Amino acid sequence: MNVSVNWLRELVPGLDASPEELAERFSMAAAAVEGFEVVGAGLDEIVVARVLEVERHPNADRLSLCVVDAGGEEPIDVVCGAPVIVQGALYPYVPVGATLPAGFTIEARKIRGEMSHGMLCSEIELKLGRDKSGIMRLPDGLEPGTPLVDVLGLPDVRLGLDLNPNRVDLACHKGVAREFVGDGVGLTERDFGATWRAEWADGDAEAAGAGVTVRIEAPDRCSRYLGAVVRGVEVGPSPAWLAGRLLAVGGRPINNVVDATNYVLLECNQPLHAFDLSTLTGAEVKVRAASAGEELETLDGETRKLGPADTVIADRDRAIALAGVMGGADTEVTGETVDVLIECAAFDPLSVRKTARTTGLSTDASYRFERGIDETAQEEALTRCVELILAIAGGEADPVGVRAGATPIGLEDVAVRATRVRQVLGLDLDDDEIAGLLEPIGFIRRGGTAGGGGALYGVPGWRGDVTREIDLVEEVARRFGYDNFPDEPRRFRPSVVPEHPGFKRAERIRRLLTGRGMLEARSLSFVPADHHGNVASVAVPNPLSAEESYLRSAMVPVLLRRLEHNYSRGRRDVRLFEVGTVFDTVALEPNANGGTSQRDAGLERYHEESRLGLVLTGSREPAHWDETSADLDLWDLKSLAEDVASGLCDGVVEACLTGVDSRADALGGAWLGTESYRMVVDGQTVGVAGAVNAGAVDSPPWAARAWALELDLAAVTSRGVAEYVSLSPYPAVRRDLAITVPFSVPFADVEDALRETGSGLLEAVRLFDVYEGTEVEDGRRSLGWAFRFRADDRTLTDEDVEAEMSAFSAVLEKRFDARIRTS
Amino acid sequence: MTGTAASLLERLAQLEGDGLAAIGNAGNGEALEDARVAYLGRNGVLADAMGAIGTVEPERRPAVGQRANAVKQALSVALEAASTALAAADADADHPTIDLTLPGRRTWRGGVHPVTRVIDEICEIFGDMGFTRVQGPEIETTWYNFTALNISLDHPAADMMDTFYLDDGVILRTHTSPMQARVMEASEPPVRVLVPGLAYRRDSFDPSHAPAFEQIEGLAVDEGVDFVEFRSAIQTFVRRFFGVDTKSRFRPSFYPFTEPSAEVDVTCSVCHGSGCSTCKRTGWITIMGSGMVDPAVFEAVGYDPERYTGYAFGMGPARIAMVRHGIPDMRLLYEGDTAFLEQFA
Ligand SMILES: [Zn+2]
Repeated sequence: MNVSVNWLRELVPGLDASPEELAERFSMAAAAVEGFEVVGAGLDEIVVARVLEVERHPNADRLSLCVVDAGGEEPIDVVCGAPVIVQGALYPYVPVGATLPAGFTIEARKIRGEMSHGMLCSEIELKLGRDKSGIMRLPDGLEPGTPLVDVLGLPDVRLGLDLNPNRVDLACHKGVAREFVGDGVGLTERDFGATWRAEWADGDAEAAGAGVTVRIEAPDRCSRYLGAVVRGVEVGPSPAWLAGRLLAVGGRPINNVVDATNYVLLECNQPLHAFDLSTLTGAEVKVRAASAGEELETLDGETRKLGPADTVIADRDRAIALAGVMGGADTEVTGETVDVLIECAAFDPLSVRKTARTTGLSTDASYRFERGIDETAQEEALTRCVELILAIAGGEADPVGVRAGATPIGLEDVAVRATRVRQVLGLDLDDDEIAGLLEPIGFIRRGGTAGGGGALYGVPGWRGDVTREIDLVEEVARRFGYDNFPDEPRRFRPSVVPEHPGFKRAERIRRLLTGRGMLEARSLSFVPADHHGNVASVAVPNPLSAEESYLRSAMVPVLLRRLEHNYSRGRRDVRLFEVGTVFDTVALEPNANGGTSQRDAGLERYHEESRLGLVLTGSREPAHWDETSADLDLWDLKSLAEDVASGLCDGVVEACLTGVDSRADALGGAWLGTESYRMVVDGQTVGVAGAVNAGAVDSPPWAARAWALELDLAAVTSRGVAEYVSLSPYPAVRRDLAITVPFSVPFADVEDALRETGSGLLEAVRLFDVYEGTEVEDGRRSLGWAFRFRADDRTLTDEDVEAEMSAFSAVLEKRFDARIRTS
Repeated sequence: MTGTAASLLERLAQLEGDGLAAIGNAGNGEALEDARVAYLGRNGVLADAMGAIGTVEPERRPAVGQRANAVKQALSVALEAASTALAAADADADHPTIDLTLPGRRTWRGGVHPVTRVIDEICEIFGDMGFTRVQGPEIETTWYNFTALNISLDHPAADMMDTFYLDDGVILRTHTSPMQARVMEASEPPVRVLVPGLAYRRDSFDPSHAPAFEQIEGLAVDEGVDFVEFRSAIQTFVRRFFGVDTKSRFRPSFYPFTEPSAEVDVTCSVCHGSGCSTCKRTGWITIMGSGMVDPAVFEAVGYDPERYTGYAFGMGPARIAMVRHGIPDMRLLYEGDTAFLEQFA
């Protein structure tokens, strides 16, 4: 919504604040001002000129040679690029030496052999509008030589308002002006100098008068329909002041009758439409539902196919306008129009919204109808329009106005209690102070108090958004000024709502992983298709693109796409993790109602889960001059998985030697290769880690192997409290043992056996060497173990330690066919 | 002559101590050579002492001889060590063997996402004011997303939220506000919660929009929570998050679930209020939508609107992160480009 500051100043005499100040005040009191544009700046040197003679340029078909009177003593020769120049008409003229708003200066020059002294220009060259179709025609009756800015009432400032959806009343100049009224300053409307006082011909569904009949056949879609007839108008350009107003708010002058309807819309918010009366069949208009397949060519030249959900204005034979949205082409006011019918109706917001949606049209009229118009001000609006037409297009108004539909009853009174104002706002205002804030913007204080206490206020017709006490409380706050509230910190208040444990978990994960050199990524839940290979994933029925047609059901596949992005930028070292939500559909038992409340109905079909995903590849460490770093390998992944499992959820990591269980399958999916681990808590798989299958990621030849991990965060419970173990003051004894075992014996089994066998004296056991090769027998490998023994109560003797060591040897020989290496 | 062995041993001990001190104190090769000559030289004090062994009673001679050899050994070792150290020091003085300006051995630097950092800071500040974090479903019903929040789908206000529908009555939440209703249904006041999480709207992915975005909802409800308290809580937040010099302003706005409603602007951190492209020349950046909880919301969740009042607010951490770091395109946040993420690590 654009507003002209000059227009506001006309409505509120004495409003002498600068445009910047007005914009600031309005932003702080009503709605954001997002645009601020000076209209008609730099036009000081441009004047009105009359074309005295016009002929075709001898050397160029598309150019005209004009002789113009620009108010000077001598006529001036101008070459003009417009196809149609009317002899005797008035146009803006830029003299030689003047500068256009775009910045270039006009010089006398030869165009195709003919001298041109200055130019006639279009709206777009003057930065007054978007119309570049031709030279801007000015209304007749102006004196050549008059500065253009004086004629158009420029310069002006155009404010772009970003209105809130509840404040449609601010979509017109009177509405905006009301926010500046106060301290005895009232609104002053422009006096058009013509008067029309209608004698109303009324009817409920149908009203007849002034030679026309109006009928409301769809009362649920139209509550009122008012019409006025003006005969014998002379359709032509609007006077300059009116054209100037429309240009100032970014509109386009069309002709005086249409401009008059637009002017009244912009002044007082009532959409109006003018029909060429001679084009209506049966001298009647009716409001009805469109019939299925009915067609209508709208003013924009589009032929629209309509259905019963759309509402139309029709004459006897056909649809002639889309009700509340746009007029029809067949009945528009043109240069030949003599008699006009002005429509001033109240259409139902929802039905206008439907029609606007199905036709894809959003117009000045539909915007206002969708949000509700002031039905009590329709007579006034129609009167303003008729008077303006009489003033600028002549003709004679039929004294009878037709009026069908219910008489508007006005809006209901609303009460506001000073105690409520205090409770919600924290302001100590009495009833009179509250009235002092509400009355200047049109609320009318009724005598006495309402039933529940509080002062009763009449609500002006343009404030249909005010229906409850809280709406008036908001008006009080707004008028008081949000930034005039006292700045008083209040006492601390606790919350009874416990914090969700997931946040602390995520924090611990982030701390652990960023400490291990991982970077946190974020992605947006959508995936192209389910690259997880999961049939249960959630499809988005109305996606924006095929790239976003599913919700992710796992984190790693999403991160693999991020890995590919990094590959495409030539990055080889990539370590990413993300904590996020994954989604699945749930197969329901036939009649399981799940005990969900009605408010949750439908959610039982979906499952959401918090996950950690992690992908890493490249060098183990940044390159250093002293040594080269190896690439991350299976053992780096394993240690990371162990850190995550034991550090976050008291879990362990197991190799998936015998295949993957169903939960691991669900967590891992297609990317998980044969070198894989399960992360296990209390016997349950909670995560998987492993090598990424070559087919799951598109990697360049220089890429290192990629590793990934996916963890169900619900499994990340808090770890138990660590219990202190006493520290022995006695020295430790160390021993090594090298054994060979068959390849089929896993390291972990040997380690378990050693731990089981060791008495309380075994403090630690560690694998220090793995060797396969010529030094050991075929089919075997050597494992080197380091042991540390210690007692709590004494210094160990050789005999103590020897007893332990021989027990180990015996067990290993017996269970694993181990041979003790003696070398 | 029984005193001879004892006095010679004493003399050996004395010259060992003196010799070690002389060697230790020798600051250069010359001094060290002097010490060697004085103690270990052919005419040195040790040779002199050893020459005296013949005067000792025969049965004590081996012990004294052993001791003299030990002293000779100790002095020789010390001399050798001192000589090496002096040579090394000489070499260092000429050209150092270590260039200390070479880069140290590094490990990979990890880091949290810039949007996470903003979320964490916001949560910490409101956490200090008593707010706890809660989590709600991203797949939500229209009842919680719209109806409970006084949003009519027929009203033009709903146009602001173009919705992803999954099913009849089931959507991807268009804001994190549905948790307002879920929290109030589940507990009686006092309630002070933050809801960080993703929300979804059918916006094409472009430099300033995304079909999904992070949001933090806040809700505080109790007896006696008024606009003054709301305003000062938000101002406390602004001063802590953006800095004590940052000014804020509250502008009238509209949300179906708050009344009065306000948008909160802070002075632009790029231009400090003089106007730049980040703030569209206004000098202000809008950081949140907020207001007093509409009584209709209390009615929907079964709170007595005559007894309880409260405030709610919603912020977009991604936009705040973009302003804070001067990130020109929202899509950069979600590319997972390591070179981008490392800048904030
Ligand atoms: Zn700025």
